[in-house]
Amino acid sequence: MTLKTGLPDGEGADASDAKGNVERATASQRTLVWWAFKKHKLAVVSAWILIAMLVVIVLTEFVAPYGARHRDSEYTTAPPQVLKLWDTDGEDGFRWGLHVDGHVSEQDPRSLRITYEPDPDDRVEVGFFVKGDEYRLFGLIPWDRHLIGPKHHGDPMYLLGTTTDGQDLFSQIVYATRVSASVGIIGVLLAFALGIALGAVSGYFGGWIDNIIQRLIELFMAVPSIPLWLGIAAALPPHMGPVTRYFIITTILALVAWTGLAREVRGRFLALRSEEFVTSALLDGSGHGRVMFRHMLPSFSSHIIAALSLSIPSMILAETSLSWLGLGLRPPAVSWGVQLQDASKWSVLSNAPWLLIPGLCVVIAVLAFNFVGDGLRDAADPYKH
Amino acid sequence: MIKYLGRRAVYMAATLMAISLVVFIIISLPPGDFVTALRAKYSVMGQGLTESDVQALRVRYGLDGNILQQYWNWITQIVLHGDLGMSFEHSKPVADVIGPRLGATLGISLITLLMSWGIAFPIGVYSAVKQHSIGDYAATTVGFLGLAVPNFLIALIFIYFSVTWFGSVPSGLCSPEWCDASWNLGKVLDLLGHLWIPMIVIGTAGVAGLVRIIRNNLLDELRRPYVTAARARGVSEGRLLRRYPLRVALNPFVSTIGWVLPLLLVGDIVVGQILSLPTLGPVLLSALKAQDMYLAGSIIMVLSVVTVIGTLISDLLLGWLDPRIRLGHQR
Repeated sequence: MTLKTGLPDGEGADASDAKGNVERATASQRTLVWWAFKKHKLAVVSAWILIAMLVVIVLTEFVAPYGARHRDSEYTTAPPQVLKLWDTDGEDGFRWGLHVDGHVSEQDPRSLRITYEPDPDDRVEVGFFVKGDEYRLFGLIPWDRHLIGPKHHGDPMYLLGTTTDGQDLFSQIVYATRVSASVGIIGVLLAFALGIALGAVSGYFGGWIDNIIQRLIELFMAVPSIPLWLGIAAALPPHMGPVTRYFIITTILALVAWTGLAREVRGRFLALRSEEFVTSALLDGSGHGRVMFRHMLPSFSSHIIAALSLSIPSMILAETSLSWLGLGLRPPAVSWGVQLQDASKWSVLSNAPWLLIPGLCVVIAVLAFNFVGDGLRDAADPYKH
Repeated sequence: MIKYLGRRAVYMAATLMAISLVVFIIISLPPGDFVTALRAKYSVMGQGLTESDVQALRVRYGLDGNILQQYWNWITQIVLHGDLGMSFEHSKPVADVIGPRLGATLGISLITLLMSWGIAFPIGVYSAVKQHSIGDYAATTVGFLGLAVPNFLIALIFIYFSVTWFGSVPSGLCSPEWCDASWNLGKVLDLLGHLWIPMIVIGTAGVAGLVRIIRNNLLDELRRPYVTAARARGVSEGRLLRRYPLRVALNPFVSTIGWVLPLLLVGDIVVGQILSLPTLGPVLLSALKAQDMYLAGSIIMVLSVVTVIGTLISDLLLGWLDPRIRLGHQR
C-alpha cells in the first residue's frame, strides 16, 4: 500500500533536482491525479466540453434563444442561418454588426413543399443578452434575457434551422441536452448506489453472501439487456406525466446497468480486504460500515469516478435509442432521441439534413464522457510507476 | 469436460427460468389482461364476444387463477404444446406471426456476424501488430466512432445519402421484379443490393467492439515473455504471430456469439423499422407500442433463448479450445 502523501524528503535526495522532487513528493494525491490527467490532451478538451454541457444543463432557459413552447408556423423546416459579423450589400456598402439573413419562402403549389432562399436585404439584427421569451431561471427567478437572440423580439433567428413544426432547432437541442445528459448522469448515479452497496457487501464479507450476490449478477447479465428494457419500457402505462416517465425510464436503465459496476466495486473490495490499513482500522474498533465506506471506498474513489464516466455513454445511447423508437421519453418532453424522430421519415430527412444535428450532440457527448473516463482511469493511480 | 458441460447446462436452465419469469412479468404488467383487450377490440369493430366465448378464453389462458397459476399455465402451454398465445393485433396465434420472420432475422444476423468477423479480424490484427501507425490510429478512431454513434443514426445518415445520390431507398429484401423469381444470379445480386445497408448498420457497433477486443488481446499477448523468447530464437514474425499470440487472441471471436446476437437483433429493430424488412424487429416494435403483450413477450422470449443458446455454444467452444477456461472452472 502506498502512503497517502507520497514519499517524505529522503535523506539521500540529490540537491540539484530536489526542488522538483520535493514538489512531486509533497503533492497531495489529488494534485498528482490532476497532473497525470492534464497530460491526456483529448481528455482535457473533453472535460471542457462536459463543463460547457453542465452550464447548459443549469442555465438552459438562458442559453436557449427561444422558449420551450415557441413555435413559428411561418418557418417550418427552415434551413440554418449563417451568423455574420458584417455585410457588404447594405445601402452604404460595408458595415459591421452581428446579424443573420432572413429567408424568402416559396411554396410549390403541387407538392406543397416550402423552399427557402436566404434574402440578403432582410437583415435580422442579432445581439447578446437580448430580451426574449420570459422564463424562470432555476425555476425560481423570473427573467427575460437570453444569451443570444434577435434584437427585436419575434424576428426569425434560427441558427440551426427549424423543425418540421417550426420550432427553433438550436433552442430545442439546448432543452434536450438537459434531459438527455441528466438521464445519463442520474441513471449512472442510481446504478452506482446499487452497485456500490451490493458490490461492497459482496467483496468485503465474501462467503455465502458473496456467492448469492454473484449468482444474482450472473443471472442479470445473462438475460439479454436490450430486449429486457424494451419490454419493460413498453409495459409502462401510456398516459403518464413526462416527469414520472423520465424517472421511470432512468430507473429502468439503471436497473439494467448496475451489474457491471457492482463487479468492479467487488473486485476492488476483495483486493483491499487483506490490506494492513483495513486490519488496523478494525483493530481500532471501527464498525464494518465505517471501514467499508470511510477507509476502503475513498482509497479507490478516482477509479470509481472513472468507471462512472465510462458508464454514462451507454446510458445516453440507450435513452436515445429508446426514445427514438418511441418507447422512451415522449413529446412534450424533448431529448435527443425524441428530436431525431423528426428525421426518421426519409422524405423529410432528404430535404432537411440539419434535423440530424441532435445526433451529432449524442456522438459528442458520448465521446467526451468516454475520453474523460479514459483519462481519469489512466490518471487514477498516480503511484503506478 | 463433462463436469464443465453439466455446469453450463444447469446455468442455462436457471437463466431460461429467470428469463421466462421476467417475460411473464412484462406480459402481465400492463393493466387489463388479454381477454379484456380482445373484448375492447371486438366491441370497437361492432362484434360483441358472447359470455361463453369470454369464459372459454379465460379458461384457456388461465386468467382466473392467481399470478403463479397463470405463470404455470402459460409456461406449460409453451413447453408442452408450443403454444405461445394469441396476438390480438394480428388476430392469429403468435407462433404463426413469428415463424415466417424468424428465418429472415436469423439469416441476416448470421450473414452480418460472418461479415463482422471477416472485417474485424484483419483490422484488429493489423492495428495491434502495427501499433501507433497511421492505420492503427485510423482504425481506433473509426472504432471509437462506431461505438459512439447510435445505429439508428447510422441508418438515417445512410438513408440521407442514398436518397440524395440515388433518389431512393432500397426497402424490403428484394425488388418487386425479383421477389417471385426463382433463385438465380440476378436474384442473389438483387438481394445483396438490398442487404448492404442493413448489414453495415447492424454490423458497425459489433465490428467496432470486436476490433477493440482483438487489438487489446493481441497487444497483451505480444508483450508476453514467450513472444520475446521466440523472437530471440529467430522465429520469423509472421510465423510467430500465427503460431501463438493469434490463437490466444482468437478467443473473443468465439465468445462474441453470445453478445453480438442481441446487438444484431436491436440493430434489426432499428433497420427493419426504416427499411421495412420482413424480420422480427419491426413486428416486435409495433407489438410493444400496441401493448400486444403475448406477441411482444414471445418475441423477447425467443430472442433471449436464441441468445442464451448462443452463449452456451460459445462457452462450450471456448472450453474446448482453451484448457485454461475449462480447468479454471473446476479448480
